[in-house]
Amino acid sequence: MNWTEEDEKAPLFKQNESARTELSKETIDGEIATLNLGPTHPATHGIFQNILQVDGEKILSSEQTVGYIHRAFEKIAERRPYNQITPLTDRLNYCSSPINNMGWHMTVEKLIGADISKRVDYMRVIIMELARIADHLVCNSVIGVDTGALTGFTYVFQEREKIYELYEEVCGARLTTNVGRIGGFERDFSPEFHKKLKNFLQTFPKVFNEFDSLLARNRIFMDRTRNAGPISGERALEYGFTGPNLRAAGIDYDVRHMNPYSSYQDFDFIIPVGVNGDTYDRFMVRQEEIRQSLKIIEQAYNNLPEGDYHADIPEFYLPPKDMVYNNMEALIYHFKIVMGETPVPVGEVYHSVEGGNGEVGFHLISDGGRSPYRLQFRRPCFIYYQAYPEMITGQTISDAVLTLSSLNVIAGELDG
Amino acid sequence: MTQNSLTNESVFERIKAQFGEGILAMEEPYGMLTLEVKPETVHDLVKWLKEDDKFQVSFLTLLGGIHYPENTGKELGVNYHLHSLVHNFRIRLRAYFPIENPEIDSITDIHTCANWMERETYDFYGIQFKGHPNLVRILNEDTMDYFPMRKEYHLEDATREDKDDRFFGR
Repeated sequence: MNWTEEDEKAPLFKQNESARTELSKETIDGEIATLNLGPTHPATHGIFQNILQVDGEKILSSEQTVGYIHRAFEKIAERRPYNQITPLTDRLNYCSSPINNMGWHMTVEKLIGADISKRVDYMRVIIMELARIADHLVCNSVIGVDTGALTGFTYVFQEREKIYELYEEVCGARLTTNVGRIGGFERDFSPEFHKKLKNFLQTFPKVFNEFDSLLARNRIFMDRTRNAGPISGERALEYGFTGPNLRAAGIDYDVRHMNPYSSYQDFDFIIPVGVNGDTYDRFMVRQEEIRQSLKIIEQAYNNLPEGDYHADIPEFYLPPKDMVYNNMEALIYHFKIVMGETPVPVGEVYHSVEGGNGEVGFHLISDGGRSPYRLQFRRPCFIYYQAYPEMITGQTISDAVLTLSSLNVIAGELDG
Repeated sequence: MTQNSLTNESVFERIKAQFGEGILAMEEPYGMLTLEVKPETVHDLVKWLKEDDKFQVSFLTLLGGIHYPENTGKELGVNYHLHSLVHNFRIRLRAYFPIENPEIDSITDIHTCANWMERETYDFYGIQFKGHPNLVRILNEDTMDYFPMRKEYHLEDATREDKDDRFFGR
């Protein structure tokens, strides 16, 4: 609507009134209205704004505003020692923090050329795949919530809780895990962890299948999600999609398979792909990935090699406390690590892992200083969220909400 | 698994034959082919890499800026990480330009996803991408009048006196 100077001077209630009549007239005439989806709206699951132009229920165009929770992690990382950057990675995709943590550790290990044992690799795989399950569970159950099916959400959140308890056994934290160290883990899996993991592997499939049967072939759910926010494989690639969203569009790119890290080549798993790249396909791809992750965890756990739970890199891996108090060398290393005085080679590394939403990459440039000269995170959400307007144009508002939740846009990862 | 049928040498030779003068330097840190390219060549090179039948480097993984205040005449730069999904081959391109005139051609017409990444790079480093459809700030506030990732802006308040930075690295 056009504001005139007279409107500006009019009392506030008058302004509102004229705005209301203007809007209703437009709607009746089939003209265009503006709708704000976000910044804080329960359906956006995070803080980002979409300014929609709608004709009735149909979306004509959308303009995005991002950056509401930008925390300048790349700048902060330029001042922190390497071991203090892990907590920053937690806060990118906070639904699957362990994957980001491990990705960062592996990047540094690549830079310093650390030799990592198979046991550490397998332990990492177990934690990372648990994180993937937790991430996908949240995403898929929330798709259910957004279609009006709350029940599944309550079922699987109990299981997610069990995964969080497993994290707790390993590192003491639940959401922002900061799990592991450069070189491995701070401690070995505890007996309690083994008990809880065995229990989880036994009970989870049953609950998950129940959740699956609630939605996967549900007539209402299928009608609701099929053809909602579709994208072709070609467009998805151009938009830089990775992860389940790309695979739902039919492209079988998975970092775990293409550039295996942390011994992923040892495990037998398939990469599920969709056809239409719509909400239903994204949902189904994530469902199957949960099953595959479970399969990987079983393989890794049953074949867990013997050995140490950390690499032999005293310059980077904190010595045990009793050594620090009783051994000169250990004390020196402890001091150097805590103060960030360990020499790091000059170099440039790009390392990527398959995160919950796709390729999580770390581009690290080191000038030999105590902190990175430049560290850039590849945040998959930030890159693929650009496609959102194209995906929802011509769709209804309720489809836009579904598309958003099925893309699993995580505000922390989006804004960096 | 996709076979890695391209080697750094063979790719570099073909690029060198095609662009010759435009390629300034080549290195292979940790195995990834890294080319320093003249800023005016980047657009053509990225386009050629994508359209070339042999390479099909059609996926833009990452794009970001970098600032070296001591490199006179080459203070600012842009890093491109490209990935050929067909051959599972990654390549990194880099172009530097002076801070007084940080301009480079936008590659949004080749890779749609470069749009936001270039906006982000502009937002943090002030690099102007010529031909970008909507080069405005994306993560920072619109009214911001400086480019925060440049090295002259320290993370902490420079007027602070209670902390001696000599003991804490940079």
